[in-house]
Amino acid sequence: MPQISQLAATYSSQIFWMLVIFGAVFFLVGRGMAPRVIETMEGRDQKIAADLAAAEAARRAADAEDEAWRAQASKQRGEAQAVIAAAKAEAAKATEVRLGTAGAGADARVAEAEARIAAAREGALAEIETVAADAAADIAARVAGLTVAADAARAAVKDVLHG
Amino acid sequence: MATEAKVDPMHQFTIEPLFGTDHWSIAGFNVAFTNSALWMLISAVVLYAFMLGGMKRELVPGRWQMMVESMTGFIEDMLAANVGKEGRKYLPYVFSLFMFILFANLLGLLPLGLVGIHPFTFTSHFTATGVLAILSFAIVLVVGFWKHGFHFFSLFVPHGTPLPMIPLIFVIELVSFLVRPFSLGLRLFVAMMAGHVLLEVLSSFVIGGANAGAFFMGLVSIPSFILMVAICALEILVAGIQAYVFALLTSLYINDAEHLH
Repeated sequence: MPQISQLAATYSSQIFWMLVIFGAVFFLVGRGMAPRVIETMEGRDQKIAADLAAAEAARRAADAEDEAWRAQASKQRGEAQAVIAAAKAEAAKATEVRLGTAGAGADARVAEAEARIAAAREGALAEIETVAADAAADIAARVAGLTVAADAARAAVKDVLHG
Repeated sequence: MATEAKVDPMHQFTIEPLFGTDHWSIAGFNVAFTNSALWMLISAVVLYAFMLGGMKRELVPGRWQMMVESMTGFIEDMLAANVGKEGRKYLPYVFSLFMFILFANLLGLLPLGLVGIHPFTFTSHFTATGVLAILSFAIVLVVGFWKHGFHFFSLFVPHGTPLPMIPLIFVIELVSFLVRPFSLGLRLFVAMMAGHVLLEVLSSFVIGGANAGAFFMGLVSIPSFILMVAICALEILVAGIQAYVFALLTSLYINDAEHLH
């Protein structure tokens, strides 16, 4: 077993070189490099955490904005509907008023026309009576040689016509 | 070695001085640059090269940076789980320990013998693992006495110990505490050595069986070879596990020093 048989000859060299080389490893690798590798890892972890937090904050802001937009949109929709309803009511009222005016005018003209028709008819009837009385008086004079008074003829005609 | 009839499974652990055998010494102690020191250096250089890939520090990591980060993250999580937030300041030590042992174990398993280079697993020498174990133990002692002073000895008396039991428990806990550096260093050394010896013994079966004719080749060599493939996979697992166990136990001991009980 060389570990024991060579012990006396080699222990000092083994210990010396182990201390020298492990010391170099400790100072170069352990103290020089490992902490910086850890630092890099921590920096990355922090950056990822910060990015995630920023993303979360952005998402929250977007949610809030969306909520505000929704509220505003629904408010504006309500306002628009109120405006539409008011306009509708106004239009209906205006229509009613105009219909009322137009209807009144038409009624007056109808009544007037009816009155004119009645007057015309009255006039026509009176004329017919006169014409008929004249004709009856004429006929009586020609046929019977009677002279009938105008008033009598008219009364007789009236009797026949309305009789 | 292949020309010899017998394969010596322990030969792979021999330390061969490469240069500086005679005159490289400090205060009379020989510090020759050996194959063991060479493979420590190779492990350190490969580890450094591996870590360079993690130094790009990109926001979106590539594959290599991802590997390095998963390693540092693994040790960081282990320290956070076992020591808590104070564990952060031990990251450089535990990370160096884990990666250095892991790279040493894995590089020692590389089949470089095929191209004539013999990998040397210095973690199979208790002189090497012992240094790391004593370092870990020394950190525990320094931290413990620095933070808690003589109150650190209360580590050896668990809460709720009945008064008459305290002397006995104290001695038992003290012994189990003092055994820690030995168990830490020996565990790694034994696990690595056992695996390498097993592979070497099985390979000697394969070669010996093949030399003894077709019958023995079918009877011994082929089953041994299949077993070797499986044990190679197991050894890769053990290489990772032993590095992990070393780092885990170190962090548990540091936790004791930081928080007592």
